[in-house]
Formats: sequence, structure tokens, C-alpha cells
Amino acid sequence: MKISGAKIVVETLIEQGCDTVFGYPGGQVIHLFDELYNARDRIKHILTAHEQGAAHAADGYARATGKVGVVIATSGPGATNLVTGIATAYLDSIPMVAVTGNVSCDLIGRDSFQEVDIVGITMPITKHNFIVKNIDELADTLRTAFKIAKSGRPGPVLVDIPKDVQTALCEHESNAQPVIPYPLNFASEEMLRRAADMINSAERPYIYFGGGVISGKASAQVIALAEKADAPMGCSLMGLSAVPSDHPRFLGMQGMHGHFASSAAEAEADLIIALGVRFSDRATGNNKRFAKNCSIIHIDIDGAELHKNIPATLAIRSDIKDSAERLAAMIEEKKHPEWEKRIAELRTEEQKRTESALKKAAARKSEVCLSPYDIIDTVSALAGDSIVVTDVGQHQMWTAQRYPLRKPRTFLSSGGLGTMGYGLGAAIGASAATGKRTVLFTGDGSFGMDLNELATAVSQSTPVLIVIMNNGVLGMVRQWQTLFFDRRYSHTTLERSTDFAKLAEAFGARGGHAESIEELEKLAEEALSYNGPFVIDCPVDRDEFVLPMLPPDGSVGNIITEVE
Amino acid sequence: MDQYVIGVIVSNVSGVLSRVSGMFTRRGFNIDCLTVGETESSGFSRITVAFHGDDDIKERILRQLQKLHDVREVEVMDKNETVIRELLLIKVRNKADVRQDIMTAVEIFRSKIVDYSPAALTCELTGETSKIDAFIELLKPYGIMEMCRTGIVAIERGENCLKTVK
Repeated sequence: MKISGAKIVVETLIEQGCDTVFGYPGGQVIHLFDELYNARDRIKHILTAHEQGAAHAADGYARATGKVGVVIATSGPGATNLVTGIATAYLDSIPMVAVTGNVSCDLIGRDSFQEVDIVGITMPITKHNFIVKNIDELADTLRTAFKIAKSGRPGPVLVDIPKDVQTALCEHESNAQPVIPYPLNFASEEMLRRAADMINSAERPYIYFGGGVISGKASAQVIALAEKADAPMGCSLMGLSAVPSDHPRFLGMQGMHGHFASSAAEAEADLIIALGVRFSDRATGNNKRFAKNCSIIHIDIDGAELHKNIPATLAIRSDIKDSAERLAAMIEEKKHPEWEKRIAELRTEEQKRTESALKKAAARKSEVCLSPYDIIDTVSALAGDSIVVTDVGQHQMWTAQRYPLRKPRTFLSSGGLGTMGYGLGAAIGASAATGKRTVLFTGDGSFGMDLNELATAVSQSTPVLIVIMNNGVLGMVRQWQTLFFDRRYSHTTLERSTDFAKLAEAFGARGGHAESIEELEKLAEEALSYNGPFVIDCPVDRDEFVLPMLPPDGSVGNIITEVE
Repeated sequence: MDQYVIGVIVSNVSGVLSRVSGMFTRRGFNIDCLTVGETESSGFSRITVAFHGDDDIKERILRQLQKLHDVREVEVMDKNETVIRELLLIKVRNKADVRQDIMTAVEIFRSKIVDYSPAALTCELTGETSKIDAFIELLKPYGIMEMCRTGIVAIERGENCLKTVK
């Protein structure tokens, strides 16, 4: 029997294992939404306030589960509103399929109403994209989109479907199974042997891992490798949650706002074992000075990342799980007592520096304000196994440094693109995917970019605790202005007087102000038993700094650990 | 900085040229010239790209190209084992006092006059880039009115082929 293109889209999404889609209707997807209505008992659609929120929700869904997140938007502005969300997913290698409607084929190229070339626009921010002009190719194109999105290094794929393709009729047969990803690359025995030799002869090995360990499900293998090689571990922002924060070998996130101990250990190492990372400038500092006197083994599933930012001594294109496991079996059981001692010293040094910085911050801050770390500690003590989501800015870095994470896929944050306004959409998506509570740390700046999604969280009764670190400034930029621009605070002081608790209530959510840690505790307890969005507004001093700070283009030698 | 020539076999689908050239733009690699055309099988096109760069840039370009979904084969052409050709069409002023000089140049370079009018004559020349450059230099004093060159195409000598996926 022939069915419409719109129905083929919905049937193929279901066939691919998609249970929830995020989106926003419009003129060129109205047929598609009509079919979603037909299939509403088989696939859930979550209507957001803005397409960008829908894209971030699909991203949060994917990050929290590893499944492909799906977002649907109409042509023109609907499609362009997805762009930031798609780019966010692209930079962080998140599997996503974005379906957009477009004007009918005969209207394309004529600047028709709500027509944009979304395939052209998203070419550099997708793994691949398609426009389907022939209904016979629709189902297979969607299947290929899923296949590309989840194969190898995951990423977003966009499928643009003109309206007449949605209304055309075609024979359709559903596949029994979702598509299988393309085969992975595995390291050759010889390459791993060379890597094992390098690890065996290293005296100060250091493991630097990233998001590839999460998407490659390689946490256990990487920990086992670290144990056997007797190596400390640090990670990029994207690697957070792959290894439990309290693991004795874990030194924390490294890089611009990473832990002192991990950045310093990396600088002193004689071998860096880099797993599932791309050596982002935020994680390495100046790439000319990075790891100058040190060998690097770089293993990544994406061959294009090898030697891209940092030349490796040995570069291996491989699945991380497989290569870490085989490598651990090949290497000798090692002990590096000197190195271990040095790591312990660095940890002590870090603790000293942190305490001193916190003391100075406490002396500096206004009395009515809460300390960011105290806020995080209070919430994390109560929030159990919630999924932690952040927006972008100072609060993001504080959370990344401080929040104890236990399981992979419990820390969702826009790393590569650094998208302010990412958080609430992602939290909604993560909750929808897992049924779990999410805790969103945000700032008054970032929240201004996604607070419209409070409406969605209310409509979905999303159990999300939103903690706003409210300092009345765009704190991260202000921090740079303080340190590098002679305190010329150009347009970073917000001068707003938004009452976030009242705002939450106006949306139909709940909210409150925490003017002390006790109040925060009380409100958080209330929030964590409330089945819906709950906003807690916490005053934070505008001159709190994210420390340590490796100045842009700097190296560990000029790390800033306290500010007078 | 050396010049590299790479052959790229791509699926013959709409937008593929944008994807390939867009990769160069987006990552800041400069293209000297790029040609695209049909191959022996209708499902695939062949793109020849020449660019200047060091070994590191060449490797990055290769790896980024290999990542593109529509790219099937990428190969750096070994210039010693490759036939490289470019086509030039060039229009010069047809003046009596220099006509014979132009004819001589045409003959020596094994060029061909493909159009002739009282005011202008148009020559066609095929060859390697250096030969084309030399011919243009030679004609400059006679007044070049207009010219266009195709950019290079390249194919390996002997029986080796840049394999397409059948």
C-alpha cells in the first residue's frame, strides 16, 4: 500500500528506535505533524518554546542515553533556529538527526516564503546532510542519516524534506531493525605493541581522556589501563563523568579552568596517553609549548583528529574500548613510586592553592552572597544520582571542577561550542529520555538565553532543579576584563532586576531565593521532591573568579591560582 | 611549500562540489585550482585539486577529505608518475606587424588557432602548467584580450588507477 512521505518519516523514526522527538510545527511540516498525531501512542513529541530549545533537548536526550536525538522543525526560521543546537552537537560529537521541512521542490531557489538553503547553511556543522527530492529515496535517506549519526565519531545529520515529498505517495516497507553503524576501526597489533613499549618504558605516564571514552563506552577499560600502567588521569570537559570523580587516580579536568594537579601532572609527564580527545586549545593551552619534552600516544576513532592540533609520537585510529583493553593486556604491571610521590605533592599543592584562593574570595565577597562551591556542595549532597546539566560561563566551570560525578552520561555541558542557553533545553531532553531528575546549574546571563523553555518544562512536568548563580554580570567575560582588560567592564554588567522566583511562578513553575546555605538546603529539598521545574536564585558575588586559570595561549608555568 | 595534486573520487550527487570546496574554505586551506568532471562510471565524479602546503597540511587535507560521506577515494598524485594537463584558451590582438611572431609561437608550443577574426585570434593550448605559463608570458607583449584556463587534470601513468567503488 502506498503511504505519504510524511508517514514514511514517522514510520522510519519509529523503526529506528526513536521514542521521543522534540520539535516545533510550521507550514512546511504540517503534514509531518499530522502523521505524528496519528502515531502519538507510538512516538512522543515534545513541543518546545523555540526550535533552539528543541535542538538542545534532542542533544540532551542523546548525551544522557547515547541514543540518536531527533529534532523536527519547519523551513526558514524554524530551520535556522536549529543551527546553534546542531553546531553544539557537532562540536561535541553528539548523535542527532534534524528533520526540517522545506518549500515544495518547484518553489526552491525562488526565495519563496520561509525558504532557506538549510543544507547549505548546515554543511560545515553536520557530519553530513541531505535534501530529499525524490520520495523513493526518503526512507533510505533517513536510515542513512541515523547510520551516519551514530557511526564512529558520532555527530548530527540533517535531512531536509520539501513539502511535496511529504505529501507524495510511495510504497513503503519498514525494516525490522534499526540500522547498524558502519564498522569501527581497530588498532593493529603492531601499533598497540609500539604503544605498549612506550608505556612500559615511561617513568611518568599520564592519561588524558575525553568525550570519546563516554561515546565509546570505554570507562572500565581506561581505568584498568591506568591501574596497570600506574598512571594518573585527567580529562577534558567532555570527558567528565567517564571516570568517577573520587577515583584515586583521577586528578580532575585539566586545561584553562581545570585542576592544578592534572594540568601540572600533564606538564611534567614523560608520556601522555591521549584517549578520545582532540587536544582542544581549552584543554592544552598554547599548542606550541604543549608537551614539548614528552611523548604522546594519541588514540581516536576519528583519523582526522590525529596530528590535527598536536602532533603525536604515535597516532592510532581506533575504537578506544578495544584498544585500551588490548593495551592493558599487553603492558607490564608497573609501579612508579617517584611519580606517585610527585602526584601526591601536586595534589597537596593544589589543595593549598585552592584553600588560599577560597579564603581570599571569602574575604572579598559581599556578605549577602553565597560561595559558588558551597552552592554546588549543598546541592550535590542532596541531589543523589540526578543528571547534572550546565549552561556556559563561570557556573559551568565551577560545576565541572567541583560536582562529584559517578556515572558516565551524568554531566551534560556544551564543551566545544560553549553555547550559552544550552542548559534548560538539554535538561528537558535528558529528563524525557531517562525519566530522571536533572539539576541545571546556570547563571543569570545564560538563563536569559533559555528561560523561555521553562514553559516547556512546566508543560512536561520536567523534574528539573534550576540553580541560578546570580551575580548580575556576565561573569566569565568580566573575569577576563578584570585580569586582562584593566577592569574596563564593557557591557558585562547586566543592570537588570529580574526576580527569577517570580518569573518561575509566572511560567507556572516554582521558585525561591536562597540568601543563605540553610535556605538553599531547604529550597533544594523542596525542589528535589517536586515533580516539575523549580528555580532557586542564589546571589553570587560579581568578583568571584574561576580559578585556577591558565591564561589563553598560556601554559602551566603561568597558571593563575589566586587573585588579590 | 610544495605543490600537491590530489585526485578525489566522489559520489555524483548534488552538492558534492560544495562539500569538498567548503572543507578547504572552512579549514583555511588554499586551493590553487580545482577541476571536476565525469568518470568512467556514471555514479562517480573525479575532482582534481592542486594546492600549496607542507606535508602536515597535505595530511590534514587528506584526512578531512576522507571523512566526507560522499568522498570514495583520495590519492596524492606522485608528480613523477602522473600525466598532468591543463587547457588554455587565449585571445590576442590580431595586428599585422606581430601576426607572424604569434604564429611562430603557436607553432613552437604546438598550440592551435581555433578562431580568427580581423581584430583577434584565439589559440588553444594543452600542456603542463609550466608550459601554459610560458606561452602566456610569450603572448603578453602582443596584447592579451582575454584568457581562460581549465585548471589541471591528472592521471597516473601505467596500469594503476584511482579505484572507484563499483
